Amino acid sequence: MGILEVKGVNKRFGGLQALGDVNLSVAENTVHAIIGPNGAGKSTLLNCLVGKLIPDTGSVMFDGQSVLGRAPYEINQMGISRVFQTPEIFGDLSVMENMMIPCFAKRDGSFELNAIAAIASQRDVVEKAEQMLVDMNMIDKREMHAASMSRGDKRRLEIGMCLSQEPRLLLLDEPTAGMARADTNNTIDLLKQIKDERDITIAIIEHDMHVVFSLADRITVLAQGTPLVEDAPENIRGNPKVREAYLGESA
Amino acid sequence: MDAIILQILNGLDKGSAYALIALGLTLIFGTLGVVNFAHGALFMIGAFCAVTLNKILTISYITIDETRTDFLGNPLKVENTYIERWFGPEIGSAIIDWSVPLAILFSIPIMVAIGFIMERGLIKHFYRRDHADQILVTFGLAIVLQEIIKYFYGANPIPTPAPEVFRGSFDFGMLLGFDPNVIIYPYWRLVYFSFSALIIGAVFAFLQFTTFGMVVRAGMADRETVGLLGINIDRRFTIMFGIAAAVAGMAGVMYAPINSPNYHMGMDFLVLSFVVVVVGGMGSLPGAVLAGFLLGILESFASMNEVKTLLPGIDQIIIYLVAIIILLTRPRGLMGRKGVMEE
Amino acid sequence: MLGLNKRDTTLLIAVAILTLFAPFILNPFPEGSAMAQFNAGYPDLMQRFVIFGIFAVGFNILFGLTGYLSFGHAAFLGVGSYSAVWMFKLLSMNVLPAIILAVIVSGMFAVVIGYISLRRSGIYFSILTLAFAQMSFALAYSVLTPITNGETGLQVYNDDPQYLMGPDSPTATNLFGLEMRSTYTLDIGHWSFDFNAGYYMCALIMLIAVYLSIRIFRSPFGLMLKAVKSNQQRMNYTGLNTRPYTLAAFVISGMYAGLAGGLMASMDPLAGAERMQWTASGEVVLMTILGGAGTLIGPILGAGFIKYFENIFSKINDTVLHQWFAFLPDGLEDFMVFIVHPFIGKGWHLTLGLLFMMVVIFLPGGLVEGGQRISAWIRRRNTDDAEKANGKTKPAE
Repeated sequence: MGILEVKGVNKRFGGLQALGDVNLSVAENTVHAIIGPNGAGKSTLLNCLVGKLIPDTGSVMFDGQSVLGRAPYEINQMGISRVFQTPEIFGDLSVMENMMIPCFAKRDGSFELNAIAAIASQRDVVEKAEQMLVDMNMIDKREMHAASMSRGDKRRLEIGMCLSQEPRLLLLDEPTAGMARADTNNTIDLLKQIKDERDITIAIIEHDMHVVFSLADRITVLAQGTPLVEDAPENIRGNPKVREAYLGESA
Repeated sequence: MDAIILQILNGLDKGSAYALIALGLTLIFGTLGVVNFAHGALFMIGAFCAVTLNKILTISYITIDETRTDFLGNPLKVENTYIERWFGPEIGSAIIDWSVPLAILFSIPIMVAIGFIMERGLIKHFYRRDHADQILVTFGLAIVLQEIIKYFYGANPIPTPAPEVFRGSFDFGMLLGFDPNVIIYPYWRLVYFSFSALIIGAVFAFLQFTTFGMVVRAGMADRETVGLLGINIDRRFTIMFGIAAAVAGMAGVMYAPINSPNYHMGMDFLVLSFVVVVVGGMGSLPGAVLAGFLLGILESFASMNEVKTLLPGIDQIIIYLVAIIILLTRPRGLMGRKGVMEE
Repeated sequence: MLGLNKRDTTLLIAVAILTLFAPFILNPFPEGSAMAQFNAGYPDLMQRFVIFGIFAVGFNILFGLTGYLSFGHAAFLGVGSYSAVWMFKLLSMNVLPAIILAVIVSGMFAVVIGYISLRRSGIYFSILTLAFAQMSFALAYSVLTPITNGETGLQVYNDDPQYLMGPDSPTATNLFGLEMRSTYTLDIGHWSFDFNAGYYMCALIMLIAVYLSIRIFRSPFGLMLKAVKSNQQRMNYTGLNTRPYTLAAFVISGMYAGLAGGLMASMDPLAGAERMQWTASGEVVLMTILGGAGTLIGPILGAGFIKYFENIFSKINDTVLHQWFAFLPDGLEDFMVFIVHPFIGKGWHLTLGLLFMMVVIFLPGGLVEGGQRISAWIRRRNTDDAEKANGKTKPAE
């Protein structure tokens, strides 16, 4: 029984069958990659996991509880954090403030009217956020305006913000899309380090095969809204079905 | 039945004004993506074009008529307009009498020019700023425009009569086979309604059947793609701004005989027109027109005595109430498209 | 001090000193002198400064922090005023119950309007609040006449019950006997300074209001509100529910507006529907933007600036202008008067509109940003000068 169980999920948009009978099981403390050609339904699937879309049929269970019908913030509070394709951070705020917000969300829940206490007096949150900045190797940027950072740094901050919530499942949506090679490699190293050091399950949607094969323990190949095959990376490479549906495209 | 028809008719003229202003607001919003709080001021300036032309036409000189005396026994001073001197008394007085319809011709170049200046001078710098900034700067502009008008024309409403033939009312009920004097409707309101229908039709035809209009509609739907095709969208959008200004201006000109123009009429209409746009669906032209007429008629029904005794005060708030209900139940408005103004 | 950091404490103390000595600061010119028209130290004007300061500070908690632009905030001001006058009519002329009720009623009103309006954001939110305010205005003017006294406006009459009124209770608004209108005038030479009880009460309440606003700005709640403005998507995917945060901000700022309305009625026991009109809502938006939305001190500056110049500009007339430009040759003098004339007296709104456009276009951060730019410029010049004096430049880093 995996930490995330997707069973028989279907999703149509008008006449288009975006997802057809998707079954997926993500085992705890593994890195599970979901790959597939453009339009295979990867993003739709992801949106079904975080509450942005509701599937027409099927179930999505996280740690034995259904996530369907819950708002994104409720699903996040259950322990699923999401990293976006373009980094979503609080651009108007400082790096430190960015990092404190998820720490408050972890400590206080989805809403807390804490309007009189000074932020500086919340020692536990401040220390936790500072520690995370140290871990992310960003402590020297703590007072920086988040929007003015490089894309790689924004990505790093976003991942750090997700981690500071101590999620059980981290969802990554093409985390290296649009990045220069150096930034991509840094991100891979960061994710490897996270995988090694923390008890965390990672589900990753990725286009870049280099990233996928460097990180994944299991790979699911999605084609035309349906899982084609699920296997270990070394078996995926040689699988003729995958070659045909996916790798064959570029070969 | 007769009461219902009467209320529909009564609602039509206000509805026409709402529809025309909302149409312009939607054009600007749909093409330029700008929320224009100064649009009501354009309507007001239009009305003052009518006032101005009337004043210009009645510029007069004084002659002394020795044959008559005033009440003090002095020779009577007679005011003569230049128009009458130049064109003779018959044609001259006819021109003055028809000053409001003539003001349409007079207003078009003025409104288009104001529209161009506004867009090139101010609005274009706000395309990339957020909607709050657009609202704020156009709000400031609206204050400035109305204060300028107030400075030159004073704070009091200025009566601006319709041509003689359209003053008075006719018995609309007789036409439909009701008893006489049941449905009495002023001629000018009928003119106003027909005029708005004509303008609305013209705008739609322009957008539907000309290449220019086609490009603009394509740009409303997907600005980036049209830009990629190498079409200079910006210039066309500037022209659309001019057209929207002219539509608001003409709506104002023709409205002058219905309600004597005053400097704050623009703001009064603007608030309601925004509500109309939202009810119709942000970015939907047919929605704006439909909602304009619907709300105008609804307002007039709400001011029936039967309704008012049942729900006191409903006539004052009906439009807002409808807007609130629509916004909460159909956030896209009656005919709004997906993806417009959604975060 | 008081749980604030050093900078905020300094700011609060500066505001406190300014309000405390306002009767002196605002009356720098001797009575009867040509410059006396620039004095602003009259009790009713000073009261307006602080009351609108409270209104703008509250508005800033909503708009400055969350970015939700309400165009209907005057409705809460009006509700506050009506509630306060009702307290005068029913209990006594003591302002304390009036102010308390004003805050409570406007807060409840804000819960209802906010709950509905905040289901939408952006321009839809602005229009919903505008619609609610216009509805309140129209209702106050017509159907609700038994409560609001319609066009005449609500006021206290002799035959009102006033259950807590004793035989010797003051008939003017008062705080436990201290009449709001009582003023002590200090004459020093040609100068005259008014110390008004009502002003000092309002000023004290404003200081508390500013203090609370600073605490809110510096709290985790304030941080969340800034996060709402910055990125709602990330908010949701960080496990935070934005709706209650924005609603709380809306209600708090509605209560500030109600407080301001209650104080207005306490200074002059009247309440009229025009206080709720959307132009009045526009005014508080202007104040906040002009001063600097999202800054602590900006809204107070904006409120003071607008109310001061409204008063001064409205008083200037052509005679005054001729005095000013008297040093110029005659033709030029008349020309200057002609040029300036539209902007003064009744033309104050024109000036205000232009000023407002200028601020939005060139100085989106308002007066506060302007001040920062100037001080940064001066500092840069000073360091440049210092470096030149030292005859050396920093090595390139």
